Amino acid sequence: MNAHLTVTDLAISRGGIPVLEGVSFTLSPGRALVLRGPNGVGKTTLLRTLAGLQPPLAGTVSMPADAIAYSGHADGLKATLSVTENLSFWAAIYGTGGFAPVLEAMNLEALRDRMAGSLSAGQKRRLGLARLLVSGRPIWMLDEPTVSLDAASVALFAQAVRAHLGQGGSALMATHIELGIAEAEVLDLAPFKARPPVDGGRGHDFGEAFA
Amino acid sequence: MIALLLRDLRLAIRAGGGFGLGLAFFLIVTVLVPFGVGPEGGTLAKIAPGILWVGALLACLLSLDRIFALDFEDGSLDLLATAPIPLEAVVTMKAAAHWLTTGLPLVVAAPVFGVLLNLQGEGFFWLTVSLALGTPALSVIGTFGAALTVGLKRGGLLLSLLVLPLYVPTLIFGAETVRRGTEGMETGAPLMLLAGITAASIALLPFASAAAIRVNLR
Repeated sequence: MNAHLTVTDLAISRGGIPVLEGVSFTLSPGRALVLRGPNGVGKTTLLRTLAGLQPPLAGTVSMPADAIAYSGHADGLKATLSVTENLSFWAAIYGTGGFAPVLEAMNLEALRDRMAGSLSAGQKRRLGLARLLVSGRPIWMLDEPTVSLDAASVALFAQAVRAHLGQGGSALMATHIELGIAEAEVLDLAPFKARPPVDGGRGHDFGEAFA
Repeated sequence: MIALLLRDLRLAIRAGGGFGLGLAFFLIVTVLVPFGVGPEGGTLAKIAPGILWVGALLACLLSLDRIFALDFEDGSLDLLATAPIPLEAVVTMKAAAHWLTTGLPLVVAAPVFGVLLNLQGEGFFWLTVSLALGTPALSVIGTFGAALTVGLKRGGLLLSLLVLPLYVPTLIFGAETVRRGTEGMETGAPLMLLAGITAASIALLPFASAAAIRVNLR
């Protein structure tokens, strides 16, 4: 695991409207970076862009191929599959082997044969995070990873992230909640907010459409 | 890739997966048509190839919107798009899973339902052959339609409108094969065209479906 993520002068848009511009940072192996900023500033959009789900407006992202494990707001669980069936599916997709240690790390041992649909919100979240552990990818991109987790589970999560960093992985997290990962650096996105276009945004598009 | 196929098959046969929905619909159509048309055997035998093919086609259409919608809603599609397997493989496996859960049961059950419509002699054989060759195209084309409409709320109707015209060539050559087979004529040409449509769909459409999903995930 040796993967640098370098972002240079990145500009991104959501729904066709620029939200962030001039974002530059480097994420080295063993480091964690927490993205902060008010609602709507573009944290999720930034993570989706870095994960390759949407193209950037400008700027470059450089990292090794197949390095990212992305985790969005939704956990991607199938309600009618059991906990182990959900995990073994992702383990097979990522081509990694056993997921027994992962069940233990996320305290899912007792729930292994339960249907994912009957789990509580926090338990689902833990299962969603367990998917990251089976992915074997060096760069984790987490969008609000600790939503609906209790204090003990947040501690479990912090422990898992630390272990990941210890193995030379890195993590990029968008969150409003204190994660208890002291060594994580913080990147405030508010200063990178895209300036509104001079003529008020929409008018420009209309002008172009009728030109 | 196989893991994805197995997961989709497992999801389909679990509660609420919709397995057998298409088959039940096909049964309803073939049972209702004789009531509507009347019990006169000659008429039924004449329209049987067309009705059976239209029924199979509509049954296929019924479960199309579920191909990607559920994965889109629970976030799996985002995760699959960032997973190591290419999106083209994902859509191919999705189409394969759809065919195994919808198309294959139709192929197997169609001869039985043919009895209800007084299908004649050779027709049973040609019905099975033409469905076996034609239904994969229905699944692949349908997957493309589902990829185009993924993320739209209530995209089912739009999906049907998009996909039905694309189903027409398969329907024409499929029903024609059965009709000619029933009447003891040469079936080579329509069968070959049917197989050609299926082969071309399988070869080309996964790329279009993957591109459509990439756009829709933005």
